[in-house]
Amino acid sequence: MKDILLELENRRAEARMGGGQRRIDAQHKKGKLTARERIDLLLDEGSFEEFDMFVAHRCTEFGMQAERPAGDGVVTGWGTINGRMVYVFSQDFTVFGGSLSETHAQKIAKIMDMAMQNGAPVIGLNDSGGARIQEGVASLAGYADVFQRNIMASGVIPQISVIMGPCAGGAVYSPAMTDFIFMVQDSSYMFVTGPDVVKTVTNEIVTAEQLGGASTHTKKSSVADGAYENDVEALAEVRRLVDFLPLSNREKAPVRPFFDDPARVEDSLDTLIPENPNQPYDMKELIVKIADEGDFFEIQRDFAGNIITGFVRIEGQTVGVVANQPMVLAGCLDIDSSRKAARFVRFCDAFEIPILTLVDVPGFLPGTGQEYGGVIKHGAKLLFAYGEATVPKVTVITRKAYGGAYDVMSSKHLRGDFNYAWPTAEIAVMGAKGAVEILYRSELGDPEKIAQRTADYEDRFANPFVAAEKGFIDEVIQPRSTRRRVARAFAALRSKKLSNPWKKHDNIPL
Amino acid sequence: MFDKILIANRGEIACRVIKSARKMGIKTVAVYSDADKNALHVQMADEALHIGASPAAQSYIVIDKIMEAIRQTGAQAVHPGYGFLSENMKFAEALEAEGVAFIGPPSGAIEAMGDKITSKKLAAEAGVSTVPGYMGLIEDADEAVKISREIGYPVMIKASAGGGGKGMRIAWNDEEAREGFQSSKNEAASSFGDDRIFIEKFVTQPRHIEIQVLADKHGNCVYLHERECSIQRRNQKVIEEAPSPFLDPETRRAMGEQAVALAKAVDYCSAGTVEFIVDGDKNFYFLEMNTRLQVEHPVTELITGIDLVEQMIRVADGETLPFAQDDLKINGWAMESRLYAEDPYRNFLPSIGRLTRYRPPVEGKTERGGIVRNDTGVYEGGEISMFYDPMIAKLCTWAPTREAAIEEMRLALDTFEVEGIGHNLPFLSAVMDHSRFVSGAITTAFIAEEYPDGFQGAVLDDELLRRVAAATAAMNRVAEIRRTRISGTLGNHERRVGEDWVVTLQGAEFRVHVGADKAGATIRFEDGQELRVTSDWTPGQSLARLEVGGAPLVLKVGKIPMGFRIRVRGADLKVHVRTPRQAELAKLMPEKLPPDTSKFLLCPMPGLIVKINVAEGEEVQEGQALCTVEAMKMENILRAEKRAIVSKINAEPGASLKVDDIIMEFE
Repeated sequence: MKDILLELENRRAEARMGGGQRRIDAQHKKGKLTARERIDLLLDEGSFEEFDMFVAHRCTEFGMQAERPAGDGVVTGWGTINGRMVYVFSQDFTVFGGSLSETHAQKIAKIMDMAMQNGAPVIGLNDSGGARIQEGVASLAGYADVFQRNIMASGVIPQISVIMGPCAGGAVYSPAMTDFIFMVQDSSYMFVTGPDVVKTVTNEIVTAEQLGGASTHTKKSSVADGAYENDVEALAEVRRLVDFLPLSNREKAPVRPFFDDPARVEDSLDTLIPENPNQPYDMKELIVKIADEGDFFEIQRDFAGNIITGFVRIEGQTVGVVANQPMVLAGCLDIDSSRKAARFVRFCDAFEIPILTLVDVPGFLPGTGQEYGGVIKHGAKLLFAYGEATVPKVTVITRKAYGGAYDVMSSKHLRGDFNYAWPTAEIAVMGAKGAVEILYRSELGDPEKIAQRTADYEDRFANPFVAAEKGFIDEVIQPRSTRRRVARAFAALRSKKLSNPWKKHDNIPL
Repeated sequence: MFDKILIANRGEIACRVIKSARKMGIKTVAVYSDADKNALHVQMADEALHIGASPAAQSYIVIDKIMEAIRQTGAQAVHPGYGFLSENMKFAEALEAEGVAFIGPPSGAIEAMGDKITSKKLAAEAGVSTVPGYMGLIEDADEAVKISREIGYPVMIKASAGGGGKGMRIAWNDEEAREGFQSSKNEAASSFGDDRIFIEKFVTQPRHIEIQVLADKHGNCVYLHERECSIQRRNQKVIEEAPSPFLDPETRRAMGEQAVALAKAVDYCSAGTVEFIVDGDKNFYFLEMNTRLQVEHPVTELITGIDLVEQMIRVADGETLPFAQDDLKINGWAMESRLYAEDPYRNFLPSIGRLTRYRPPVEGKTERGGIVRNDTGVYEGGEISMFYDPMIAKLCTWAPTREAAIEEMRLALDTFEVEGIGHNLPFLSAVMDHSRFVSGAITTAFIAEEYPDGFQGAVLDDELLRRVAAATAAMNRVAEIRRTRISGTLGNHERRVGEDWVVTLQGAEFRVHVGADKAGATIRFEDGQELRVTSDWTPGQSLARLEVGGAPLVLKVGKIPMGFRIRVRGADLKVHVRTPRQAELAKLMPEKLPPDTSKFLLCPMPGLIVKINVAEGEEVQEGQALCTVEAMKMENILRAEKRAIVSKINAEPGASLKVDDIIMEFE
């Protein structure tokens, strides 16, 4: 009997060694941790329960039958993050370069199925050379099995991908369909075709880092939502993100004890808006001063800086924030910012996370670049996302809310629940100068008259009261009490019920 | 007494004057420029009048505008503060002509002390010790030697037209005097086209010590002891204290009596300051007299208990001084730290912008029996503008001894929260912990000698590191336990927070056991040392007030993955608190060095590139203008730090850059 028990321990020990000490050392030398070490950092200590530790591939081509390591290049199972259940798979680069075989894919599919059934997020730690070439189409089938599950899980359970090594070819499409992608600086890359193929086909010479490194995907392509210095930091931040997210669409966003007065008054907000209307200010200051404990988890910080997206807590409850950033492109909407914010709003709506929108938007960015790029349809994405969202929506207009962009930014007309404005708000079709040039074209030659017309326009429209008269603004609030007002608004919306008409699915302008 | 006074100044000093006036039941009038529309002094005063555009030359120092404000408001007296019109004889005369009281000395005294040569002559006549020297024309080297001997070595040989160290020599003997004279003369001729030379005593180990005097209009004049202001950076005072750790009672009395003699010689009234330079042998020499309230006057108030502003107002109203010299004792010790909007990590470059956070320490009596006082003219959410002095606040502490006053200052600085702009808090903290400063063995060269390569942040000693490690281990426990209290956990399978942790900071690693109870936590180090930590800190608070090992510790706390950003005692630390397993794995992570920026010109502030002055491939010299960045409408010229060749230019005029964006690269 004892021998049998020992046999189990021996087999486990062997499986835990993955591709062996030599490959583990090589992995460490690249500044990367092993699949199991990563799980240790991701999950609460001692909480990991492994599945399929002894699964081995079934391939007999190219002499593969000679080597059948236990686990087949991926470690799967479940555990907890601060006591809440999550499912995880972690690709093991030390075993066949983490390549995906039929059985490797089956292991991933198994935990995804369980996650769907039991209502818990899936976190994928990606470090794989790609398809297991020896297995041919069986490997491709494996990818597709995972893709199909990603699609089915979308909007049901949060899916998070962390790219911690190579992720190329077909492999990229699984992370691409998850909710968030994080990358590790200098040691991860993602691309559909690698530098060699790029060179053969287009004669373009590019390094893997330039083509698909963390910097590329967080700043240029927006494929990734954030990048971290190393494995340890990346996994710590994923833990932090998970604390903001509900386990599934069946549950509310989590609530945590908080140490911050919901009625906290911030006198300094009364002077946030500069005297000069053309001077920018940092919208992030407002976000952290509204948030519990100043804690803000930003999504896509390095992309489309003219709009800010991320998570905060208010009275301990998760709230998604979308805010125009006057510091970048005056906070205007454009293709990139509309896409970025639309995806974020839809995530929040899918997972029942209330949305706070902070508005200072001068309009849409003009120009051929924008129009040729299809700003009409991209801008419509954000409009659509806000309009279909049924979660609690609270909006605060701090300064400019001009034109169509006013409508887009979670306006009353798009079923905004609480629409507040600061006394500094200017809600109008456009700025005074532009409006006067159109309305009084015939007087343009007379600067004195135009100055008077501009002043009149400003008096009439450069304030929140015209909109408030019409009920488009529920209340004009003091900047210093924004946190209290917003907290009370969300408190009042805790049992909000709103549903859209039945449909198979909508047809958002993709 | 006056019913209403006008304060012809701004910022902290205007607020300071308003406080005393209010205490005396006098109404106050503030004046302000465009930039100061929302300033604190405007909010504090009973009335406020706009007097012009933001630059001081168009507002605060335009006599006519101040006179007009006086007429409009009916103010009976004017306090000029310091700077601006405070030592402007014409202003004092204009007030006299209008029959408005000037809360300061008579115009004659301002005039007499306003000129360096006259004041020195008057001082010598009044029996005040002046730097021995020879102002006349020196014919040849022989005469130079003769004069040097009369003055006594060491002497300084200077070009009359000199400046910036050019044409300046120090001689310790005849031979050096002879040589020095010749080379100074040659250098002066070639550099300034003026070879006139003069010789004066070279003051070794110089200290800046000044005497506060106060005189009424009835011939009474007293001295309120000294202030030592030796901690200076490029002639800008940074830290002052009273009394001086260097003076003995005899020297103090001698200096005080000479200062009073000088004041009497010019029929002085009101508050004034006689500045001396004091050498290593306690010889003191007159430098100049400031005929106004000094910036650093609070330290004198703290050790004498006298409100100088109140006395100035009373004197201006004709009252007699209510005390005599014998009544003026030194009580305890006071320190003043000047908080400047200057970034110490960027070579003290002025920093402007919005104060997103401004939380000074609580004023008044401390738990330990000390006193904290903060003179300021700003508030949270206010703006530090480019138009005026970059001083944000004057933080003062008082305690019975110098040691205790320094300790109070350390804690007060640790408690002072300023965010949004660069500031010198860390530097002030570092000086307070500097052993030479603590010993009192300071000279005016202290900063230049101790920080020759600028300031890179303080390095904490092992004892303080352990205290910070213990504090953060305890704080981390509080934060971790809160994390486990999230909703939606798996019942009966909640996360349990462990007791063994590894704290890394400033390159050191401490393995600790955290034993927590209701009242706090006992942190046990590997070598058996135990530190008890108690605090009311909760996660998210940016300031942690703790007691660690029985002594107070105040930390500024920020969040980083797996730990905290901690600012304390002039250090800015990344503190990681990890489980043993996390720590073991973190060690496997490659150290990523920050990129070498010496080959780049980085944008020092968010701004707009207005002009690029050089081209790629061009060789530039040290100090040469490279480009102009406009920030907040101010054009900042960025210059080459050393000779280099421009290899690449990354920004075009019109580009809007963030801090640390690369403008150009060098070979």
